[in-house]
Amino acid sequence: MMYFSRLKAAAILGVCLLGLLLSLPNVIPAPVAGIPWPTVHLGLDLRGGSYLLMEVDMKAVIKERLDSLIDSTRQALRPGAIFYQTLEAQPEQKRVLLRLRDPAKMDAALAALRPLVSHDGPNNTADLDLLPQGDGSILLSLSPAALQARSVSAVQQSIEIVRRRIDETGVVDPQITRQGDNRLVVQLPGIEDPNRIKQLLGKTAHMTFRMVEETATLSPGAPPPPGVEFLQMQEGGGGGRIAVRKRVDVDGGDLTDARAGTNGQTGDWVVNFKFNSNGGRRFADITRANVGKRFAIVLDDKVISAPAIREAITGGSGQISGGFTVTSANELAVLLRAGALPAPLTVVEERTIGPELGADSIRAGAISLLAGFLFVIAFMAFFYGLFGWFANLCLVLNLIMMLALMSLLEATLTLPGMAGILLTLGMAVDANILINERIREEQKRGRPPLAALEHGFQRAYATIFDSNAATFLSHVMLFAFGSGPVKGFAVTITIGIATSMFTAWMLTRLLVAQWYVSTRPKLLPV
Amino acid sequence: MLIKPIMRLAPDDTDFKFMKGRIAGLAVSAVLSFASIVLFFYPGLHLGIDFSGGIVMEVRTDGPADFQKIRQTLAGENVPDHGVQRFGDDSTVRIRLPAQPTEAGTQVAVTKVRIALEKSIQGAKIVRTDAVGASVSSELFRHGLLALGISLLMILAYIWFRFEWQFAVGAVVTLILDITKAVGFLVVTRIEFDLVMVAAILTILGYSTNDKVVVYDRVRENLRRFKTMPLRDLIDLSINETLNRTLGTSMTVFLASLPLALFGGASISGFAWVMLFGIVVGTSSSIFIAAPILLFLGENRLRRDTAAVEVPEPGTAPQP
Repeated sequence: MMYFSRLKAAAILGVCLLGLLLSLPNVIPAPVAGIPWPTVHLGLDLRGGSYLLMEVDMKAVIKERLDSLIDSTRQALRPGAIFYQTLEAQPEQKRVLLRLRDPAKMDAALAALRPLVSHDGPNNTADLDLLPQGDGSILLSLSPAALQARSVSAVQQSIEIVRRRIDETGVVDPQITRQGDNRLVVQLPGIEDPNRIKQLLGKTAHMTFRMVEETATLSPGAPPPPGVEFLQMQEGGGGGRIAVRKRVDVDGGDLTDARAGTNGQTGDWVVNFKFNSNGGRRFADITRANVGKRFAIVLDDKVISAPAIREAITGGSGQISGGFTVTSANELAVLLRAGALPAPLTVVEERTIGPELGADSIRAGAISLLAGFLFVIAFMAFFYGLFGWFANLCLVLNLIMMLALMSLLEATLTLPGMAGILLTLGMAVDANILINERIREEQKRGRPPLAALEHGFQRAYATIFDSNAATFLSHVMLFAFGSGPVKGFAVTITIGIATSMFTAWMLTRLLVAQWYVSTRPKLLPV
Repeated sequence: MLIKPIMRLAPDDTDFKFMKGRIAGLAVSAVLSFASIVLFFYPGLHLGIDFSGGIVMEVRTDGPADFQKIRQTLAGENVPDHGVQRFGDDSTVRIRLPAQPTEAGTQVAVTKVRIALEKSIQGAKIVRTDAVGASVSSELFRHGLLALGISLLMILAYIWFRFEWQFAVGAVVTLILDITKAVGFLVVTRIEFDLVMVAAILTILGYSTNDKVVVYDRVRENLRRFKTMPLRDLIDLSINETLNRTLGTSMTVFLASLPLALFGGASISGFAWVMLFGIVVGTSSSIFIAAPILLFLGENRLRRDTAAVEVPEPGTAPQP
């Protein structure tokens, strides 16, 4: 127990040295750019910044899916001349209700609808259930598993688009991660007022180019003709409502670029855009066939503008004007460049901390840590003398190794995490107190110094192991299940328990053994 | 101080009859815990926005803050406040706003209030904004409870595995009593109960477990050493033997946390005060609650081997 081979002693000191080296990047800056220089990351609560938890609007996802399902149902029934009484979406029940005019055609209808079901869900499950009812109606019900898969993929796609939009704003080092099935976390270091970014992320920015239906009459209360919808004109675009065909001629997904600029003649702010080859061709075809008519540029169910087509636009590029200001033109350009979100995102949790407050927290935390540390060192020296100083040395190394491990794991240090460090200091000291008390006890029972040390360490170790293991396990669980501050706290405690076990068990023992070999005392000063 | 210890926290051969006070200890604990449970229901915990939803803003002004003006501004925006209070120093104000019916409504309120405050109060700076929607807050609450429950189960399982079931039950019952008292402390001090407080309670849990395991470990060892000693005396002996360690550790942890409570800043000092309370409760409950429970549960069960031999040689290592 008290004998260390040279190799073992070297290994223990080596680990300590490694800890020291790994913790260095936190105090000195990287000498050359580009080399790995792992440091502890400061949480947003310490460095200042904004944390946004955003949720995919599943209602919108479901509505969109049901709308397209109605469309494809209509198309599937047309060739067989299967007529229906009702075809309506029931978003609450996540299904479409189809009531046939002639119940006898049930089998034909089912056969026609079957190709709509695709088996692309997990384990090849169907994404749609066709449920024939007794009264000649069919329920087309979306399967929960497929909906979940859809929401997961919506989140995945959103992450990419959110990143592109945020990159455009020049925020340094944003972090965007998925959380659960329908959420994503956006972390924006250094952002004091996330309003602009929230605005940017608050729009799906789905742009479509469609034809205006000139023949439809806009009478209040009257339902629009089939295939046509009434949309609101954007402020600055003339106001009022306008009848627009539902059919999308060119989709915003076909845009390759969009830039804000000014119109050479009027000096108004506009957004210049470019289509890819597919979009350019379709845009050319549409404009060629409809010279003199109006087309609508629709963004998120609002018409930005509805200009008349003067001539065929074949160059694959165009210009949107709609009473923009410099800000709104730039914002639209950013949104169009980054692409549309698959579904609307809502902020469900926001935590923003100014850098000033973060710096205050760091200062307060550091002062408390230092004061606590000094208290503990004085206590140990006072009550345990030399063995207390051994413990204190271990305590310092424990702190260094914690820093090293946290840097290596790129763990995030938060304010609760700082409290956790303080607490592990207490726990590391506990290990040394247990050892010292035990050695003292063994000596009092009449053992000679070496035997007292041997037994003291061995017995104390069993206790330290049991008491730390219980805490360790419960904090690992906390890390796995906790969120926010709880997690940051659990990280430091878990790491701290690991390092304190090492310092108490290996380093203290090595120090005491070396001291014993060099002094050979008759009595241990515990 | 460099070589020899200056003094001891407690003399070495104390012989306190702790188990004599077991009824009193359990009674005091039961009364306190019962009172805490009553307090939990009435007036109840002061829930932070993490669990109730809502908005908290911290505003820093040039010079002492004008509370009247802040309230007026909020009223002017049609956002009723749930408290405007001094936070830390005179120029920092903490504003709490209720949860809005929808997530979007909460965001609108944040923006509205931010703009209005920055406009109406010269030099006002919003240094912190927390907005938690209703759906998230109930989820956070569930997760917090889940974390607490899982931690307790892990501790129960571990102690059961390493000791006997009496030890595990004794520890977990004591831990639950400790937690109820911490809850009572939160109600009495009106400290806001939020996620950080969950972390604080979990820390108390960890610390208290640590303390109980150390005492239990000694009981387990002594059960092997003194095969005929009555359990009651044996527990007393174990507590006395570990008294220096118990007091030493709780004093160091207490000392380590004290600066955090005093200078840690308004947002973390609540955590530290709860910690300090927990250290006192956790340490005393190891002696006055966990040990008596073990005595009641183990009176005739923990002595499986009744052979009247006292093992004189304390050389055998404790085995799991």
